Amino acid sequence: MTRAGARNLLLHGAVLVLLFALNFVLPEYHRGILSRVMVLAVFAMGYNLAFGYTGLLSLGHAMFFAAGLYGAGLTIYHLGWSVWPAFGAGLLAGGVVAAAIGFLALRTTGVAFMIVTLMFAQVFYLGTLYFTTYTRGEEGLILPQASRKLELPGAELILTDPAVRYMTALTLFAAVLVGIFLLVRSSFGRALVAIRENEERMRMLGYDVFANKLLAMIVSGVICAAAGAAYAVLFGYVGSGFAAIQYSILPLLWVLLGGAATTLGPLIGTLFMFYVIDIASGLTRAHLLVVGIALILVVLYFPKGIAGTIRERWLRWLQ
Amino acid sequence: MAAMMPLLSTKGLSCAFGGLRAVDGVDFALPCGEIRAIIGPNGAGKTTFVNLVCGRIPASSGKVFFEGRDISRLPAHQRVRAGIAYTFQITSIFPGLTVLDNVAPAAQRPSARQVAASGSSRERALHALEEVGLGQYAHQQAGHLSYGHQRLLEVAMGLALRPRLLILDEPTQGLSDGEIENFIALVREIGRKATVLLIEHNMDVVMALSDRITVMERGRVLAEGNPEEIRADQAVQRAYLGA
Ligand SMILES: Nc1ncnc2c1ncn2[C@@H]1O[C@H](COP(=O)(O)OP(=O)(O)OP(=O)(O)O)[C@@H](O)[C@H]1O
Ligand SMILES: [Mg+2]
Repeated sequence: MTRAGARNLLLHGAVLVLLFALNFVLPEYHRGILSRVMVLAVFAMGYNLAFGYTGLLSLGHAMFFAAGLYGAGLTIYHLGWSVWPAFGAGLLAGGVVAAAIGFLALRTTGVAFMIVTLMFAQVFYLGTLYFTTYTRGEEGLILPQASRKLELPGAELILTDPAVRYMTALTLFAAVLVGIFLLVRSSFGRALVAIRENEERMRMLGYDVFANKLLAMIVSGVICAAAGAAYAVLFGYVGSGFAAIQYSILPLLWVLLGGAATTLGPLIGTLFMFYVIDIASGLTRAHLLVVGIALILVVLYFPKGIAGTIRERWLRWLQ
Repeated sequence: MAAMMPLLSTKGLSCAFGGLRAVDGVDFALPCGEIRAIIGPNGAGKTTFVNLVCGRIPASSGKVFFEGRDISRLPAHQRVRAGIAYTFQITSIFPGLTVLDNVAPAAQRPSARQVAASGSSRERALHALEEVGLGQYAHQQAGHLSYGHQRLLEVAMGLALRPRLLILDEPTQGLSDGEIENFIALVREIGRKATVLLIEHNMDVVMALSDRITVMERGRVLAEGNPEEIRADQAVQRAYLGA
């Protein structure tokens, strides 16, 4: 491995160790926030694969998150499935939705792609409202406490316990971070970046651009669905709000804020936004105004996002 | 009979943009190992013709054969995998990536033809850069290269594909005289391993390099022959050489 590779490995390892250690020192309130942030950072990492690395500006990723959320939530709530198969159902739902939407939407590019993904996500959102008998729409479903248990060989993890929840969120986050870390260094990951930079060139270098983009969409969709499914079982609530447009915009903001096409950007962006909202809503009822101003400032002074700017100005090796 | 079979041939190849017949029923054959130049006035249809060959744009009618196989219905990326490399008339690189990363996708794509190729994909990419003389710039950002070097980078991408047919669309456009000298030597070297189809306006380059020349005008083949024949051809002189 190159020196840059070794530094990146060290940095990412250090971040994971730090997150692990925080479980033991953070006050309960902040540990709760960080659990949520790690799960949503997985959502952001999935989005980053499509948007940051492949250059697919989707405005419909809420549907992949929600596919995971409902795939897990509905099977637990209505069919009484345990967490493992329900989680699997969430991933499958995300993969299937991403494959279908990708197959259709990837025939377009640019603004048309944004609009098509937005429309599909809107259809998905309306679907969750339409089937309100099963989903209870906006009001949503509360998963029974007793169902939120993770069977492991020789142990049973009670996911409602804050420490278990934190560690489970961290495990998922770590797995996806390692996966993305390896993926973006692989020839597939490099091909995605090259497609983002110059699609026609890649086609004339013998790459099936459509197939590569579709695969990127599916992997992205499955990662987002993993976040959604984890959210359902860890926090026990499944509602239409997560399929709404807001949850398509949020991962875009997190990734822009943290740094598109950086491996740690999604975590940084999600964490940053959460605390800006948290602090702002403690100060004023117009907290969304503060968030908006914070975003404008970041985009003005850190156009490549936090990690992207750090990479550009100081740490050229940052992955 | 295999020796007689041309590497590339087209039959009645045509492409119309609206009412304009940019390429109009072109029959063309290119034997293996040749360096062929295509010349012709601006708008003659040269770029459109090679775009039809490599599949970037669909033909209105006609067929393309490569190594005896009908590839008319193959999408562009599969034609590239079959061994046709294309360098763009308008420079098309990955400006945000390093010079080495520009060539890497071409070097790393696994294809049947590359199984025999030696070394890692990184070594093959570096080798292609050295062939065109860009070895020392491997780790610079491609967008920061001079225009002439960016054109060479395009050629390196083509070489890294290890093509059987390399199509160069006005590669010397915008190069200095010194750069053109080096370029002629480079294409000669490439010509030892691959068949070359060269679209070129600079007649010195054409005369120095080509085994044969095809002249196009208004979407049709006007004449074809070796450099002396083309120089002597009256119709060509009227249409193109301006004499
Ligand atoms: N995409 C397109 N749509 C419409 N017309 C086109 C298109 N591409 C080329 N043409 C037209 O087709 C004709 C042939 O163009 P082409 O680019 O093939 O010529 P060329 O011989 O390569 O010229 P040059 O020497 O200037 O590069 C021109 O009249 C051009 O305007
Ligand atoms: Mg041209």
